[in-house]
Amino acid sequence: MPYPTDRKYTKEHEWIQVNGNSATIGITDYAQQSLGDIVFVETPKVGAELTAGKTFGTVESVKAVSDLFAPASGTVTEVNADLATSPEKVNTDAHGSWMVKLTLKNPGELDGLLSAADYEKFVAEEAGH
Amino acid sequence: MKHATPKASLQVNQNEGLIFEKSSAGKAAWKLPPLDVPEVDAAALLGTAERKDLGNMPEVSEIEIIRHFTRMSTWNYAIDLGMYPLGSCTMKYNPRVNEAVARVEGIANGHPYQPEKISQGALHIIKTLSEQLIEITGMDAITMQPAAGAHGEMTGLLMVRAYHQSKGNARKKILIPDSAHGTNPATAAMVNYAVENLKSDSRGMVDIAALAAQMNEDVAALMLTNPNTLGVFEQDIHKIADILHAKGGLLYMDGANMNALVGKVRPGDFGVDVMHLNLHKTFSTPHGGGGPGSGPVAIKKALEPFLPTPVVITKADGTLAFDYNRPQSVGRVRAFYGNFGMFVRALAYIQANGPDGLRQTTEDAVLNANYIRKGLEGTYDLPYSTPTMHEVVFSDKVQLKKGVRTMDIAKRLIDYGFHPYTTAFPLIVPGALMIEPTESESVEEMDLFIEAMKSIAEEVEEDPQYVLDAPHSTRVSRLDETAAARKPVLRWKPAS
Amino acid sequence: MRYLPKSPADREAMLKAIGLRSVDDLFAPIPAEYRLTRDLNIPRQMAESEIVDFFRQRSRENGEGYTSFLGAGAYAHYRPVIIDSLISRGEFLTAYTPYQAEISQGTLQSIFEFQTMICELTGMEVANASMYDGSTAAAEAVMMAVRLTGRRSVVVARSLHPEYREVLATYATHQGMPLSVAGFNDDGRLNLKELEKAITPETACVLVQSPNFFGTIEDVAAVAEIAHRHGAMLVVSIAEAVSLGIVEPPREADVIAMEAQSFGVPLGFGGPYCGVIATREKYVRQMPGRLVGQTVDKQGRRGFVLTLATREQHIRREKATSNICTNQALVALMVNIFMTVYGKVGLKELAKQNLAKTAYAAAQFAKHGKILFSGAPRFNEFVVQTSEDPGAINSRLLGHKMVGGLPLKKFYPELGNAALWCCTELTTRSAIDTAAGLIAESERSMRSSSVASSKEEDVEEVAR
Repeated sequence: MPYPTDRKYTKEHEWIQVNGNSATIGITDYAQQSLGDIVFVETPKVGAELTAGKTFGTVESVKAVSDLFAPASGTVTEVNADLATSPEKVNTDAHGSWMVKLTLKNPGELDGLLSAADYEKFVAEEAGH
Repeated sequence: MKHATPKASLQVNQNEGLIFEKSSAGKAAWKLPPLDVPEVDAAALLGTAERKDLGNMPEVSEIEIIRHFTRMSTWNYAIDLGMYPLGSCTMKYNPRVNEAVARVEGIANGHPYQPEKISQGALHIIKTLSEQLIEITGMDAITMQPAAGAHGEMTGLLMVRAYHQSKGNARKKILIPDSAHGTNPATAAMVNYAVENLKSDSRGMVDIAALAAQMNEDVAALMLTNPNTLGVFEQDIHKIADILHAKGGLLYMDGANMNALVGKVRPGDFGVDVMHLNLHKTFSTPHGGGGPGSGPVAIKKALEPFLPTPVVITKADGTLAFDYNRPQSVGRVRAFYGNFGMFVRALAYIQANGPDGLRQTTEDAVLNANYIRKGLEGTYDLPYSTPTMHEVVFSDKVQLKKGVRTMDIAKRLIDYGFHPYTTAFPLIVPGALMIEPTESESVEEMDLFIEAMKSIAEEVEEDPQYVLDAPHSTRVSRLDETAAARKPVLRWKPAS
Repeated sequence: MRYLPKSPADREAMLKAIGLRSVDDLFAPIPAEYRLTRDLNIPRQMAESEIVDFFRQRSRENGEGYTSFLGAGAYAHYRPVIIDSLISRGEFLTAYTPYQAEISQGTLQSIFEFQTMICELTGMEVANASMYDGSTAAAEAVMMAVRLTGRRSVVVARSLHPEYREVLATYATHQGMPLSVAGFNDDGRLNLKELEKAITPETACVLVQSPNFFGTIEDVAAVAEIAHRHGAMLVVSIAEAVSLGIVEPPREADVIAMEAQSFGVPLGFGGPYCGVIATREKYVRQMPGRLVGQTVDKQGRRGFVLTLATREQHIRREKATSNICTNQALVALMVNIFMTVYGKVGLKELAKQNLAKTAYAAAQFAKHGKILFSGAPRFNEFVVQTSEDPGAINSRLLGHKMVGGLPLKKFYPELGNAALWCCTELTTRSAIDTAAGLIAESERSMRSSSVASSKEEDVEEVAR
């Protein structure tokens, strides 16, 4: 599946879309497929500080919990209210379902992330195992 | 039913709604005798604390209650109906004499705070069972207080921490094999220890080199299950104990798999410092649909000062008493003394067996697991070829080629009249089928089980979709767990 | 051995099928140095009749036939016989945890009903499928409040059951949860001034019991106001479940941690009992213990499943809300049946009888001893202060095959010669009158022998 080129990706299967000094974060389609039916998403509060590479929440399916890892550091400005009422939207449209918006602390961090093409390759290798 | 089986048939089965759906004002199942003291005015006595309304509590008659629960009971599988091949659960026969003796008046109705003079019966039971469990485990002392296995793990780790603290350094972490039961790391976290994963080797046993590398003075203990969750006895247990003890660490054993050891070997003899037992597994107390259990913790002498309070002692005059003067105790882990009703049952079980019965029980448990292993080898993938003790782990590797997983096979097994085995655990075997028959299964029952499993394997080849859609013969088919988790409905509500 | 369904021929055949010569081969993996070569040193195998005799004898040594006035967290109520008839059914008794929902609907539906009735009785929105007991339920409820508020310290009422406080201390020690204690007034209730002083911005919750250890009903609304004003949660422990029949539940609580033993669970010398946690829906994901939820199957039929399992140990492992792996299923079933038998009207009548018996007893005892904490309403327990050590009075009561109230000196030394007495619907007027009579005698003899009564009497060792 072609991954949107308007954003970058992490090896933990998050995506991050940048707009000036702010960014939007979600999980990839590969992630939602691996998790199965998502029942609950635990997100940080507005104002929380995220650190690149550290966990900032969880995604739950019926039988498993997965940590969400921050692709970049920053302060949370908005949390998607839809997640509380309709977590299944992450399954039906992972790339369209954002989780948190934040003000970037250090935009340079994004340089180390994967492009859509690199992520697609990464996923193909993982799936091959 | 696609394939007939001698084990089970379809039968008309009673439906039954929620009790609230039967409720109607004026029906009653109770009657109290008349008061022999003056009536009271609750409003006058309680004022604003008086409760006027008990809301939607039901009102039904006695026969409705009998039918309600009897009908519901017929929807359950149970040991009394057939084998539970669940790994590490030890679903053995729950002897009925246990139930009878637990109901004898002075035992059933003893108040935990009644004077010691009239508690000698209960104290005698606690002491006798304690002594016998100490002998069985090869340890030096025991606490009966923990209410269940996980509670026992917590108590054991509290004593581990207290021990290390008394030596000047509480230490920081617990090593836990990746094959461990989930309660192990959850418990370590509750006692404020960090968890460090210990990898298994290619035989599914503790990787000795890894253990040696990871062992240092920050490690308080290793939590080990032996035999492990693959049903394999840790043959290097001596080395394991030595590595730990050399650096002052303790060896904790999760006693869930004691059914492979009783009467044949004792954990205290092979270096275990602290362990919990599951009376509801090894010692036949009933699972009752999910509890109560009992998780006594047996220890070596070095940990004795830290036992939870109180401890049963014999006084100078020969009578038994509770000793509360335990300055180094970790404290209490629950009110009163433990699940005494389960002590009664466990003791009755040990009495019914005696030393020869216990040994024979263990031998049969291991024999049965090996018989099933032999019967299913070749049909299901066996990831580890190490000798099996009381439980065996297969995987769904072969069936996965047809898109069928362990959970699907388990659901299809239900149609054959069995309860599923343990699926997807231990985590080190992807797609695991964990099978523990226990000693309570006859050759006939096990042959039926083996036949069923073989038949399902054939079905996977011929018609995998049929297996994927299983079970076909239950009153409810696979339930929507996703909806249950997304929009939890956790109580009945009256129609508004 | 009679529980083993195998003949020697069976075993032979099995060994042959496996390709082994003897059972010993199966134990070869155990290093020889550890293999037992002797019998376990335990008594020989007993016949069923011998086992029954053993326990009958223990029963005779355990106060068989005695009348008791003990409460203090464990209550003697009548158990309708259908409880044992039903829970003894093999399909309930010998069933496993309902992980495989399709063949466990009996267990699951009954737990769903249990959860519902606990909500109705406690006024909370959601209840779990039970915890080990009231003491651990209280400790776990406190840890829940710590997780939810992100604060670490706890204020505990001194009128909370002393052993519950000990358990909390054990759980709190390793979680870095400082505990502070707020005392009680002359009316037996939590001292609100002490509470205000003890609460800090770091207080996660206030833990109070109602009816409390003395039987006194707390002013929960007032306690809640103070706790909430400081941003702390209110956890209320209930040890005597029957009180819910006539006493308003603590609706202002954020979490209720209950002991349901009074609802049809035998006293059984302290266990197994049945703890429960009930709370508001918004806190459900931080609640420990099993939960049963309603759902539908593939054909749209109603069914029940264990749900929100991601809170639990088998999934979260070290990040679980608790390590608990059990619920007290069979005991919870006893509770369920009890609540169903008595129901909406019966539970109220049962509670009223408890109230009446206790009021009568307190009035009788008041003629001779001093009843403490009379300034506030109580349910079915009260504290009597006597001139003589309650232990001595209890010794005499034992001669009448009666067990008197729990001497409180060990837990509350400042109350002097005080004891906690409990009356339930099972307590007879004649037992109360006999006990009152013995207290009267005690007071008379203490008055007449004045200074001389300091001679050391042979005081029976009593439990506490």
